[in-house]
This record gives sequence, structure tokens and C-alpha cells, in this order.
Amino acid sequence: MSAREDVLNRVRAALGGSGVGTTAAGKIGTTPGVVEVPRAYRAAGEHEPGSPEVLTQLVDRLEDYQAHVQVVSEDELPDAVAEVLGGAGSVVVPSGLEEAWLAPLPGDVVVHRDTHAGPDSPLGATDLDAIGAVLTAARVACSETGTIVLDGGPDQGRRAISLVPDVHLCVVRADQVVETIPEAVRILAAHPERPQTWISGPSATSDIELDRVEGVHGPRTLHVLLVT
Amino acid sequence: MSTFLGLPGLRRRVPDDGATAASAAEPWGAVPHPDEPLRWGESFPAAAKHTLKNEQLRKNLGHATRTIRGKRAAVVDEVPDWEALRDTGSAVKEQVMAQLPDLLAQLEENVTARGGVVHWARDAAEANRIVTEIAQAKGADEVVKVKSMATQEIGLNEHLADEGIAAIETDLAELIVQLADDMPSHILVPAIHRNRAEIRDIFLARMGDAPPDLSDVPRELAMAARAHLRRKFLSAKVAVSGANFGVADTGTLAVVESEGNGRMCLTLPETLVTVMGIEKLIPTYTDLEVFLQLLPRSSTGERMNPYTSLWTGVTPGDGPQEFHLVLLDNGRTDVLADEVGRSALHCIRCSACLNVCPVYERVGGHAYGSVYPGPIGAILTPQLTAASGGVSGADDVNASLPYASTLCGACYDVCPVKIDIPSILVDLRAREVDADRGKHKVDPWRAAMKAASWVMSDGGRFGLAGRAATLGHGLGGRDGVISKAPPPASAWTRDRDLPAPPDETFRQWMAEHEHGEQDGGER
Repeated sequence: MSAREDVLNRVRAALGGSGVGTTAAGKIGTTPGVVEVPRAYRAAGEHEPGSPEVLTQLVDRLEDYQAHVQVVSEDELPDAVAEVLGGAGSVVVPSGLEEAWLAPLPGDVVVHRDTHAGPDSPLGATDLDAIGAVLTAARVACSETGTIVLDGGPDQGRRAISLVPDVHLCVVRADQVVETIPEAVRILAAHPERPQTWISGPSATSDIELDRVEGVHGPRTLHVLLVT
Repeated sequence: MSTFLGLPGLRRRVPDDGATAASAAEPWGAVPHPDEPLRWGESFPAAAKHTLKNEQLRKNLGHATRTIRGKRAAVVDEVPDWEALRDTGSAVKEQVMAQLPDLLAQLEENVTARGGVVHWARDAAEANRIVTEIAQAKGADEVVKVKSMATQEIGLNEHLADEGIAAIETDLAELIVQLADDMPSHILVPAIHRNRAEIRDIFLARMGDAPPDLSDVPRELAMAARAHLRRKFLSAKVAVSGANFGVADTGTLAVVESEGNGRMCLTLPETLVTVMGIEKLIPTYTDLEVFLQLLPRSSTGERMNPYTSLWTGVTPGDGPQEFHLVLLDNGRTDVLADEVGRSALHCIRCSACLNVCPVYERVGGHAYGSVYPGPIGAILTPQLTAASGGVSGADDVNASLPYASTLCGACYDVCPVKIDIPSILVDLRAREVDADRGKHKVDPWRAAMKAASWVMSDGGRFGLAGRAATLGHGLGGRDGVISKAPPPASAWTRDRDLPAPPDETFRQWMAEHEHGEQDGGER
């Protein structure tokens, strides 16, 4: 019998199934009853997505995790991007990122557009390691936990580009900010097959005497531009 | 069912297998790598006796558990619907167990539809073989690993090493443990038994490329690990991970982490192998909204952990282009077959129960002789090893684990999926004692009970016995405690102190005071 059949039969036997043998310890279990799942938790927060309360909370929570946050208007965004990335040397951006965001970037910052076709694509891990920063948009953000989610959309790119460079600049639009995790998950559920990265501050470790150190293997610096 | 509150005096000692000698030769007092990651060393009481003597360990642990307890309590208090989330989490997991065959088939179908390959493993040996064959097929002599309890449970690293493949742990704490050739002592922070000075010494001696002027400042130590692992991440061909959750209705897998080593392993190598226990399922994608709230707050005491990765099979052009999922039984179906004990499978490995346990806080993780320490380990390890005698084997060290508890119930209070650990502990104790009955020609426990029953069935005999007991008053120390009683009571005081008997019995006291009252007493 295949391992698959064996394991499934053991599971069935553990749940009281007959004619499927026993578990490895020779047991046949009891059949569990029907389980009702209560759902009394909050499906949404008190405040509307993108409301001032939600934005304030997101900023507070991100800063609590040592992320650098700036609230800017649509018009101010390109200059704010240029200011953060001015000293980065080089930056990688996903193929679908707004061209306008990069307009005021100083000429000495090399921009790599991560397309699937083109002279410097696809960038390998070692190539990415030599790039100073990454600029992406986001899919959704949750204020209560200070979490930003990327789901690999054209303005966010494949996972490697937002992982290897040491600085991540992430642009979040106000209308993408929800208060609670259930609200965020239900937005993401539209495309569950997309690879997702949930980001709550820069990488961190507490493995040495529980002393928190920000910045380990993922980007050591996280900048967030919140566009209102 | 009877309740067994104390450890019966009949506990067998497993002969010292040289563990003590080996640790003397090891500069960091390591626990040698066991053949069985779910059953190593001495029985819990014997191991605890040793670890209790280690003051540095107790200090490190006390500090660590106190800190995480405080953080957890603060972020859990912030959540107005915490109890409702726990209720849902508990019920969802119960539902998973009830529908496990269907959900497993559904997960397999969805992972396969998205280009993944699903393997099934009856036990550790089979899972190890599957992972090894995949690595060999890729020509890899090195794999990078994300911290995973499932791969620790099957002893994957040791197996790969035997096959000439180096498994590199990339979580900082796991790296510390691996470099020290030690065993982890906590589910979440495996190097919790180490302080910063020890970690610096380990890095300097074993890392190979640690800066010679490395200090013991945590930031510097973390940066040394970053530099050490960076090259490995960038060049690795094969990664091995566990999974926190597997979503049946979409085939999505989730890994929750902090350092970014998980993202590195899950993103950069061409091939990813994920080993997941069959109980890690959740039915639907939206159920993540419950568990991704419960887990981080219970585990690290953060509102959310820095990074969570979700992936579904293979995504063309993004991440590993070859994905294997190994579904592991390894005793889980034996746990599932137990009507009381099966809820141990609800565990999401947050480790909150370790941090609140007064026993764990003092003895540390190594005393449990399993990769699963603490209260959850005390119910999970014996049950996972049931087929080889873990619950009721007369000579099995794991059968002593359910006694590694004061039954104070703190573990139940903090469990995000409401596993009633104390009740399962009591049930396992009862079964262990029942299984032992009749195995010994003279059972001192039963003999004592029989004698007690003879004494207590007669007032005169009881009075005499009471007066005889007051003779033990002199055995007490200044604090009124007997820590070493003469035989046969020595069996009791081997594992605990005994309050010295008073110098008179209640009957004697009563007789005197009744007399006093009749003489025109105070009331």
C-alpha cells in the first residue's frame, strides 16, 4: 500500500472508521461529533478604511517597529521618493511601478526595472545583493498590527526584489489601509494564489537574551510613504 | 478515573547512557544529539534534578520567560475580542481534526494543481528519505533551512549529514544551537538557555568567519550571523522549511518569522521542500484571519511578527520553480485516535505555555528529553511516541512527562487554541499508572494504600497511627521540612520535600482543649 493510502487510512481509523485497519499503535479512535465554529470576533474595525484614525494608528504602529514613516500628498510623493533614495546608489523597481514616482530621482541613482524581458533581467540574487534599495507599492495595509502586504502585483514585483536589497521603500495609498486583519485577509482572498509577503517593520531578531535587534537578513531599513 | 497528583514512587530509571560524560567534554555543556529527537536522556525527574543545579540556566530562563510573559500579556490585552478569537481558533482546529481525510485530499489536490508535488510520509525515516532524495536529485551538498519543529522532530539534519548533505540552520537561535552542537531548549527561542557571552564564544570558536574582535553586544552578534549566512542564501540551490499553516481550500502554505531568513529560503533557491505535520491544516483561506492574529501575539508578544510568507504551489517567475510538500504522520494519527488527547494536535507551536509554566521556567527545555518541551511537550511527546510505549511503556522515559507539571492551569489560560493541557496531563497520568499495575510483584503504592485502608477503618488504630507519626517531628529541619526521610519514605522525599509532622496529633490537641473549655474556658 502507498504511504498516501496508509496515512489516510490511519487518519480514518483514528476517527473511528471501520475496515481501514488501525493506527500505528494499533488503535481505532472514536468518531468526533459535528463541530460548530463560532465567529464572534470582529470582522471589521470601528473606522473606515483610509480614515484619519486608521492612518494615525498605522503610522504609530509602524514607528513602534522602527520603520521610518512619512505622510505625503500625491503631489509630494515623487520628491519624497527622491529624498529617500537619493543616496542609495542604485534602486530596483518592479515592472509595473508608476514611472512618475521616479521622475525627480537624481541622475546618479541607477534604476533597474525588473522586467521579465530586457538587458538586465531577470536579476539574479547576487545582482540584487549589489543594489542599494528597492521601491515598491503595496496591496493592502492593516493599521492595528502595523502590517503592509505585498502580493506580487505588477507594481510590487516578485518576492526577491523586495527582499535582498538592504533598504525597502514602500508606498502605501491611504485607501489601502484597513483597521483589522480580517478586513485585510478578505481583500487578499480575491487572489489567494499570489505569493504574499506580510511586512511589519524591518527584519528583527530577539534570539539573544530577548534583546530586540532590528535588521537581520531582510531589508535592515524600511521606509514607508503613506499617500493621502 | 482517578486523579494522580504526584509521581508514583515506582518510576524506573533509565541507565545513564553517557550523557553526563559527554557534556563534561563539551565546552558549552551541550546535550548530545539523540538518536530519537522525541525521546532522549533520562526520565524527567532525573533530568530535572540535574538541570535544577545549573544556576546560569535558571537565571537566563527566568529573565527570558518573564520578559515574553509581560510582552504577551500587554499585546493580548489590546485585543477586545481575544476570547472570541480563541473560541474560533479552538473550534476550527477541532473541525480540522474531524474532517482531516477530506481536508488533506483537498490540500493535495490544490497544491498539485499549482505545480507542487505532494509526498506522504508514515514516519520520520520515510520523510527523511524523501527530502534526501530530492536534495540528491538536485545535486545539492548543502541545503538552507528555515526553523521548523517538524524537521527537528524527524532528525532531518542528522540524517542529511549521514548522507553527506550539510543542513544549514538560518534562524539565529537555531544557528547558535547548531554551532554549539547542542539541542534546542524552547520552541520559539531555541537558544534561550544561552546568554550573550556564551553566544560570542560559540561564534568565535565555531563560525569560521566571525570577526576576531566580536563583542557580546546582541547587534554585533546578529550582524556576524547576517554576514555568515548571506553567501549561503545567495548561492543555495535547495531550501527546506516547515509550515505554520496549510490552507486546504487553496493549497496555500504559510511561514511566520522575524529575521527574513525564512523569506530568503522560501524565495531564492530553485527548489523548496516543505515538511508539514498533517495536523497543520486549516480549512479555508479566510481562517488565516483568526490564526494570524492568535499566533504572533501569543508567541513573540508582538502585534505581528516582522515577516509572514504565503505561497501556493509554484508561481512562474517568482520564487522556487520546484516545490515539494511532505505530509508527515510520525505518530500524529495515534494522537488523533485518543478521544481526550487528540486536542494536543490543535497546537500551533506558539510556545506561550512554556513561558508561563512554573516547571519549565525552573528546569528548562532539555529536561523534557524531546524537541517539544514544556506543558505542550508533556502531552504531545508521550502521545506521539505511543506506538513505541510513550504513554504506557513500563520502562519508557516519555511516560514520566505528564508528571512534569503542577497542574496550575496557567498553560490552559494562555493557549490561543484553548488546549486543556491539565486535563490531558491527568488523563495520561491515569493511563500510565493503570498500565503499570500488576507489572511489579510488590507494588509499594498499592501496599501502602491497603495498609492505610486497614488503619483508617478503625478509630483506635487510626489514633495509634497518628501518635506514631508525631515521632517523625524530629526529622524536620529548622524550617519544619523533611528533605531526606528514612526508607521507605525516602521514595517520597527523593522528588519532593515533606512537611515534618507536628509534635502532637489533632486528636491530642482537641482532647486538651476540650478539657480546657470544660474548666471554664474562654468561649
